[in-house]
Amino acid sequence: MSFMQEHLPALQVVLPLVAASLCALFRVGYLSWLITLSSSILSFLVAVFLLLRVLEQGIISYEIGGWSPPFGIEYRVDLINAFVLLIVSCVSAVIVPYTQKSISARFGSTEQSWFYCMYLLVLTGLLGVTITGDAFNIFVFLEISSLASYALIAMGRDRRGLTAAYQYLIMGTIGATFIVIGIGLLWAMTGTLNLYDLASRLPEIKSSRPVLAALAFLTVGVSLKLALFPLHLWLPNAYAYGPSVASAFLAGTATKVSIYLLLRFFFTIFGGATFFTETPLPEILKILALIAMFAASIVAIFQSNIKRMLAYSSVAQIGFIILGISYATETSLTGAMTHMFNHAIMKAGLFLLLGAIMFRLGSVKIEELSGIGRKMPLTMAGFVILGLSLIGAPGTAGFISKWYLGLGALEQGEWWILVLIVSASLLTMIYIGRVVEVAYFREPTDEVVQLKEAPLEMLWPAYLLIAAAIYFGFDTSFSADLARQAAVLLVNAVY
Amino acid sequence: MIRDTIILRVVIKLLLPAILLFALYVQFHGDYGPGGGFQAGVAAAAAIILYGLVFGVSAARKIMPQKLLFSLIPIGVLVFSGTGIVSWFFGANYLDYSPFGSDSKSGQHLGILIVELGVFITVFSTMLAIFYSFAGRSEALPSNLENDK
Repeated sequence: MSFMQEHLPALQVVLPLVAASLCALFRVGYLSWLITLSSSILSFLVAVFLLLRVLEQGIISYEIGGWSPPFGIEYRVDLINAFVLLIVSCVSAVIVPYTQKSISARFGSTEQSWFYCMYLLVLTGLLGVTITGDAFNIFVFLEISSLASYALIAMGRDRRGLTAAYQYLIMGTIGATFIVIGIGLLWAMTGTLNLYDLASRLPEIKSSRPVLAALAFLTVGVSLKLALFPLHLWLPNAYAYGPSVASAFLAGTATKVSIYLLLRFFFTIFGGATFFTETPLPEILKILALIAMFAASIVAIFQSNIKRMLAYSSVAQIGFIILGISYATETSLTGAMTHMFNHAIMKAGLFLLLGAIMFRLGSVKIEELSGIGRKMPLTMAGFVILGLSLIGAPGTAGFISKWYLGLGALEQGEWWILVLIVSASLLTMIYIGRVVEVAYFREPTDEVVQLKEAPLEMLWPAYLLIAAAIYFGFDTSFSADLARQAAVLLVNAVY
Repeated sequence: MIRDTIILRVVIKLLLPAILLFALYVQFHGDYGPGGGFQAGVAAAAAIILYGLVFGVSAARKIMPQKLLFSLIPIGVLVFSGTGIVSWFFGANYLDYSPFGSDSKSGQHLGILIVELGVFITVFSTMLAIFYSFAGRSEALPSNLENDK
């Protein structure tokens, strides 16, 4: 183990990459699932070890190919990305045990392997984006994960998944182009691609026009990837018509990694909160975030497809996170990062439960779900708990992050933001409430009467996430405290 | 029908070895000058695609079966990522080729050759897989075949 300990940063990315290739090589469904399962769990363990090592001894730097930075590619783990690595690998490790049942019911052996191959490539890309300290490497990994996720979404049961994937492809590619233009401008101005080398060189020239243009390109590009209003149009269809497993995985990880990128670019590279607050970015982000919180929640209320409803809810929750970023204070960034963590847990859990309903009923239209609470009590009970957490009820994880977000606004003397956070949460209550009303207070239809409870393989991963959503509502020593330490690093641009 | 043109068939047969040889030249010259696995893979795939265009996709499938292609795609990635793993067993960082040879320079030389071979395999087979899946569509649709004739 001591031999591998040194190479953990590379192993984090290599593990899912090799596993993805093995899935594509053998093309046997069950075997691919086993490979995916073991590599996901190992990735999670690697992320845990990395986090422990970072807590113990500080930043870990790993030179790929033995070329020293800033010339070679550096993998660099600090508290900020160790936290994100843990979110991504944890969500993945919980989802994989669930996938076997729903994927094997729909696809033949070969297609299953392609599915797992794509899944692992998304994981590879996301972990790579998070761990790398090289700007161009970020772009490469971002494309690996994006291309694979287009394919994942196109594998949905609904044929509209194809157009959704195409829409996502176009929007995602525009986003990636903007990101690479931004990186190119930074490279032209500084002659370096290493993030931390960039961070040391940028302060001298940070008000020059190309650097500001680079910041603008990066902001728009990453905002497209993370679906910030009004660049969110690809997201609802992609999540609604893709396979449930893919929706759960992407909702829990892909947007979170993009938010991490935004934090890295805004704070680490451009010299912390002082520079960020000098630009017009905070105001712009705050307004967009508030619109996202309200517009997306209101649209969510009027959706008849629950997966689509949750997708719009994701746009709204991303609004909450961006709101926290826009204040750029320690407390608000703590809120943003905690919400990143909590939202990953809650949304992944909700999509998994919907996937279980889809598995039994073959539909997630709200009107077809009447009385389903009586037939699938465990599934719907889980849905209610996660829904409460999404609303931000005290005693759940959602409350903690919204508390910090509100506190961040209060510290700036903007009490009215607190009012807006609460009212946006009330809108969340309406759309979650609609599902609860239909599921529990209406007579079951003929189809619902014949339903059985979701299979155990699908329930327990969801319940792990439910347990986490409750646990992190009481014990914040992991989620919020780590997020606070990371926020301090971000605000002061420590790297 | 293009398949009946004797000039094309003869010229293509003459060209194919030259294209493949050039692909290999680009492949092995990659560490001294311009070129490398990607370009060589594209050139080699172009040779098979050219063959397929003139002699038909089914003829191309005979020399390069689809099943083999689908296996070659991940094998190339495995060659690349496996090289990095081998570095670990030499006690070096991921993808550090220096310990492969007697000195750092020859090690790097050997390492980059193996890695580029992986790139070649994956690029070559991916290009062909794309070609097959597009070209295979007209065979799947009977109405298109009618139009061709």
